[in-house]
Amino acid sequence: MNLALTITGLALAWAAINGNFSPLNLLFGAAIGLLTSMLLRKWIAHPRVMRRLRRIVSLALLFFWELNVSAVRVAAIVMTPNIRAALRPGIVAFPLKLTTDREITLLANLITLTPGTLSVDVSEDRRTLYVHVLNLKDRDALVAEIANGFERKVQEVFE
Amino acid sequence: MTALLATVLGCILLLLGSCFALLGAVGVLRLPDLYTRMHAASKAGAVGGGMILVAVALVSFDASIALRAVIGAAFLLLTTPVSAHLLARVSHRGGYHTQTTMFIDELAAASPSKGTLEQ
Repeated sequence: MNLALTITGLALAWAAINGNFSPLNLLFGAAIGLLTSMLLRKWIAHPRVMRRLRRIVSLALLFFWELNVSAVRVAAIVMTPNIRAALRPGIVAFPLKLTTDREITLLANLITLTPGTLSVDVSEDRRTLYVHVLNLKDRDALVAEIANGFERKVQEVFE
Repeated sequence: MTALLATVLGCILLLLGSCFALLGAVGVLRLPDLYTRMHAASKAGAVGGGMILVAVALVSFDASIALRAVIGAAFLLLTTPVSAHLLARVSHRGGYHTQTTMFIDELAAASPSKGTLEQ
């Protein structure tokens, strides 16, 4: 792939100029190279590759944000004195638009690590993902939130 | 200057990570059933462990250690949901769906035959 080659070359150049070929420095060089080629994407890389890369970064950022929110929320629930009153658990059937195994796996993992949701099972025909919810308020709102958030982003990454 | 910054940041992450790991453990103790417990174990556990590994990467000042710690954190985030998912799935297939703590259970409604231990 053209972009991979560009980034490798830029990383090697970075390490050579620094006189330091340690793995960390090479990685840093690659990160700077990636940033540069994103800024100069019109001239260097194919726009489709860059668009996909941007979507991966956007998905990763959303994921890390949601992951931290989720840990704080679980911690807050754990510390409430009356723990049963803070819970409203249930299992919700989420209709999948994704079709391939790797898309569904990624979505299921993302769901598990984000606030209040945990993937339990996938139906045999791969049309439904069963999600355990810690604090269920509005079933349809939750389904819409996953469909418009992670599912769409996963779909964009793999399209 | 950067060394000091990395050390301070590493210490903060180490403390935060330990707090999350502790709260995750408390959650496993306090929450009422397996599904809710998996929430605490998977989220707080993964974030806690991940933060501690990133803290190790920051305070080590050694590229090989730092790289391995970051890779460790990535694998932690990849594998924790898989084990949580497997435990939840197995217990549901094994017929452990306590109606007292669950408000709706659309999986049990969709597959009533799976409520036995034989499968």
